[in-house]
Amino acid sequence: MKGGGLRAYALIYLLFLYAPILLLPIFAFNSGTVIAFPLKGFTTDWFVQMAGNAAMRRALTNSLIIATSSAILATCLGIFAARATTRFSFPGKGPITGLIMLPLVMPEIIISMSLLVVLLGLGVKLNLLTVIMGHTLLCMPYAVVILTTAFNSLDRSLEEAAYDLGESKWNAFRLVILPLVMPGIISSLLMSFTISLDEFIIAFFLAGNEPTLPTFIYSQLRFPKQIPPIMALGTVLVLMSVLLLTVAEYFRRRGVAKTGGTDSGGFL
Amino acid sequence: MTSPTSSASARRPDRSAARALIECRDVQKYYADYHALRGIDLTIREGEFFSLLGPSGCGKTTLLRTIAGFEDISSGVVLIDGQDMAGVPANRRPTNMVFQSYAIFPHLTVAENVGFGLRRDPRPAAEKAAAVEEALGMVGLKGYGNRASHALSGGQRQRVALARALILKPKVLLLDEPMSALDRKMREQMQVELIKLQRQVGITFVLVTHDQEEALVMSDRIAVMFEGQIAQLDGPEALYARPASRRVANFIGVMNFLPARILDETENGVMVDAPGLGVVEIPSRNISSADPGDEGPSIGFRPEAVSLLGPNVAAQNRVTGGVIDEVVYYGDMTYYDVRLDGSASFDGKSRPVRIAMRNVFGREVQDVGTRTRVSWSPGSLILFR
Repeated sequence: MKGGGLRAYALIYLLFLYAPILLLPIFAFNSGTVIAFPLKGFTTDWFVQMAGNAAMRRALTNSLIIATSSAILATCLGIFAARATTRFSFPGKGPITGLIMLPLVMPEIIISMSLLVVLLGLGVKLNLLTVIMGHTLLCMPYAVVILTTAFNSLDRSLEEAAYDLGESKWNAFRLVILPLVMPGIISSLLMSFTISLDEFIIAFFLAGNEPTLPTFIYSQLRFPKQIPPIMALGTVLVLMSVLLLTVAEYFRRRGVAKTGGTDSGGFL
Repeated sequence: MTSPTSSASARRPDRSAARALIECRDVQKYYADYHALRGIDLTIREGEFFSLLGPSGCGKTTLLRTIAGFEDISSGVVLIDGQDMAGVPANRRPTNMVFQSYAIFPHLTVAENVGFGLRRDPRPAAEKAAAVEEALGMVGLKGYGNRASHALSGGQRQRVALARALILKPKVLLLDEPMSALDRKMREQMQVELIKLQRQVGITFVLVTHDQEEALVMSDRIAVMFEGQIAQLDGPEALYARPASRRVANFIGVMNFLPARILDETENGVMVDAPGLGVVEIPSRNISSADPGDEGPSIGFRPEAVSLLGPNVAAQNRVTGGVIDEVVYYGDMTYYDVRLDGSASFDGKSRPVRIAMRNVFGREVQDVGTRTRVSWSPGSLILFR
């Protein structure tokens, strides 16, 4: 069969990529305490155990606070940066943009270490706030790229037209620009949220005694007894991600249809 | 009454007595080192269809945006309806603009687009809706209000942009190359509609275009701009028939140029000698200025101002022999490049001249290489000196 080799390659590739994720729910519902085949019986105990674990709940709450705050902060700052770079020209624009994008290529371990040194040097107490600052720094490049694309795709005369029709500059922005870049803003929020939620190194360095989901999971892996509940937690996280992406894609497609743009691809 | 010097013709109302609505006095605009507007002096009359015509980069759009309030001027004065516009932002000026891209808000419906400028209007919603419907009717889009604006065609978008600007009843409507996004057929149709619309609403229109044909078709008066300056301000006929300089002549339509020697100043004009045409007296009203780069004086004439004579047609004007160098057939018109006898007599360089002939019934298209006769009259020649 023509292209049979390529087909097989694609199939194996996808299997390699996603089969491990499928193992999560399988072991999450397996009554055996050891993560190995053959499977024993069906149980939902692990979910109950996981939900009853106070440390886990604390880690989850922390992670949600950090991810939400970082996403909002990075997106707000990203809007300023994207608007400035797409609308105005000013001295030092190139280097400034470059510096904003730098965390994208800089090893995270270096960022974490240098932040830790500075924070300790300044005598700042390590807590959720310091992680939020680190994650905002990390999410900024993604937010700026997504938002710059959104702002760039807008015709500059749209804003001028609104202004020309008697609106103030702020109203022109609020009534015309903001609704049109809203899909970009939502993309940026989701992207930043996801990056922050599963970020490990910065959270590990800067959280002090506060656990986040990744650091909590990592700490639990040392105890074999704790592994099945972690599998249950992983299953819940996968389901939530799928749900989140579906909702985001729904809104993105609706936005595209509403403004009559051509669908240039999204998350799904 | 149309005076001989006025640009107004029978088909356009004479507004030479109308009140000045926009006045620009020595307007200068610098972008860093770039001198975009170099002393614009301009008066646009009330109710006029005025065009700013010029090649890209000549400053015509900058001047329009200056009037709209999107650009600050470096020095000079812009008055609209007698009021100094210094420090008055675009959203407080009695002007509205139709943008080159139309700038239709894609997330709003047609009616929401047209009614956008009425947001601050204190009238009740029903009255505003009626105003929107009336504006849509004016541009031929009655009943389109609930349509999504992104689904409109280019021509419909332009109509929405027009309705959106006109609903505010501005003193001046500014149009920035509004036809450039339309195909040829649509463009010609919209040109005629725009003229009609302008007459109907009676608002002063200021159009920016690089298309000389469009400017000639639509305008009461045209300002031709080069390099931030107005080269000539005149009505379409005057601009075409008596361009003020070679550059204007070249920009508006096609003009043939032949080198000329000035022999004598006479009471009514100038006696010149031109290769192929011989000694002619050019009346003083047909004398224009040369441009700095020109090599001496020259004689110019339009391709349709002369004609090829058929073999058995008697000449009524002066006649020069020549040989057809090239024939370009356009269906309704044929363009001939003709080498006039003696056209190389000045410097040995032979310059074919372009002659346009309408392909009327019974007139045969002549072949390349044919000897022919060219009929012309001294009154159709222009001297650039």
